[in-house]
Amino acid sequence: MSTYRELLTRTKAEISEVDAAGAQALAGALWVDVREIDEWEQGHLPGAVLVPRGNLESRIERIAPDKSQPVVLYCAVGARSAFSAKSLAELGYTDVHSLAGGIEDWKRDGLEIVMPRTLTPERRARYSRHLLIPEIGEAGQLKLLDSRVLLIGAGGLGSPASLYLAAAGVGTLGIVDADIVDETNLQRQIVHSLDTLGAPKVDSAKRTIAALNPDVNVVTYRERLTSENIDRILDEGWDLIVDGADNFPTRYLVNDASVWHDIPVVHGSIYRFEGQVTVFKPREGPCYRCLFPEPPPPELAPSCAEGGVLGVLPGIIGSLQTNEAIKLAAGVGEPLVGRLLLFDALSTEFSDVKIERRTDCPVCGDHPTITEYIDYVEFCAR
Amino acid sequence: MSLIRVPPVLRDEAGGAREVEAAGKTVRELLEDLSKRLPALGSRVYGDGEIRKFVNVYVDGEDVRTRDGLDTPVRDSSTVILLPAMAGGC
Repeated sequence: MSTYRELLTRTKAEISEVDAAGAQALAGALWVDVREIDEWEQGHLPGAVLVPRGNLESRIERIAPDKSQPVVLYCAVGARSAFSAKSLAELGYTDVHSLAGGIEDWKRDGLEIVMPRTLTPERRARYSRHLLIPEIGEAGQLKLLDSRVLLIGAGGLGSPASLYLAAAGVGTLGIVDADIVDETNLQRQIVHSLDTLGAPKVDSAKRTIAALNPDVNVVTYRERLTSENIDRILDEGWDLIVDGADNFPTRYLVNDASVWHDIPVVHGSIYRFEGQVTVFKPREGPCYRCLFPEPPPPELAPSCAEGGVLGVLPGIIGSLQTNEAIKLAAGVGEPLVGRLLLFDALSTEFSDVKIERRTDCPVCGDHPTITEYIDYVEFCAR
Repeated sequence: MSLIRVPPVLRDEAGGAREVEAAGKTVRELLEDLSKRLPALGSRVYGDGEIRKFVNVYVDGEDVRTRDGLDTPVRDSSTVILLPAMAGGC
């Protein structure tokens, strides 16, 4: 039998202990913090990864598959890291070192400490189902909380998009819409309700979002998007645009502005039983003008107000847009760039067609001929 | 015969049909045949020997403008989609 002191002394004699200068001299080393998460949150060494000692043996092979890679382990004062070093040697790691004196000596020497950004316990609970997904996790959730998404329209497509983006914890949601809520909206625009009939849609949506997730900062623009105001709104800095506009002039205006401001657009459109979704990412894929260089003549461009729309259709298409928006904001998956997804609710069929950037596109092509805003109403009325 | 998918805004011109048939070994022949069978629909998408600018024609998922245009081959089993832009988000 030995005491803790004796065990520690013996262990330290069996492993390699290095001081800060010695550890920093190890080229390509993996720095592992073996403390608990609450200690990590008080500050850690730059570039380190957190693997609490209790999980070290089960996780280390995933993090450091090459057992000859130099590994620097540290804890508060160098005790837990010494025992950890012995465990790693038993697992076959050949270049393992324990930082003598731990983070306490490091701090005393005036060396750099990083304060990690972490989620509060309330956010950890709210977003727990995201945190459990490896592709999202804490880093992805923090990206969502930092992201700024601009919604064009708080109508059929904007309703599910605003609700799911807010629920997902997108930190800032801009909403552009000049309309007020009327009773014909409630068949599909689920962000509004009887309580907000007659209210501006942007205010109605803001109220619903505030009741759903107070993490979200909603910025409202109760105005119709025009050539005159679009630069002012986009200059406020948006990571992406979710386009749920209801008319062609706005679609072309949003396209041209997004190319010039270099902001990806998640596009969705609906009519009766059918919908279309794609992502226009400037320079990486086609833009709206590559797909549709010209709008159809007005008699072939009925709005939902004229032709109707199945109430759930914007729910489906707006949710697909939100899926793309969340992927782009969190930096996961493959965005729907270069493909136009078509959905037919009557036959419950998805199909997709390939869309390509046109080198002769007047806006995003190799030799653009449209370089400033045009009269979009006139362009779409021809 | 190939199946041609008709977009919702053009179904009145197709007697309400969601899909119509036409024959042809190329997109040109197909659209010429379509114009004979359903002149109202045909003239909406094809005129003066050209596909109307606001309509995209896809053969098996590819825009014919990025292939051989009106000379793009069509097989009997091909799926042809006529697609004008839709603006609705309402």
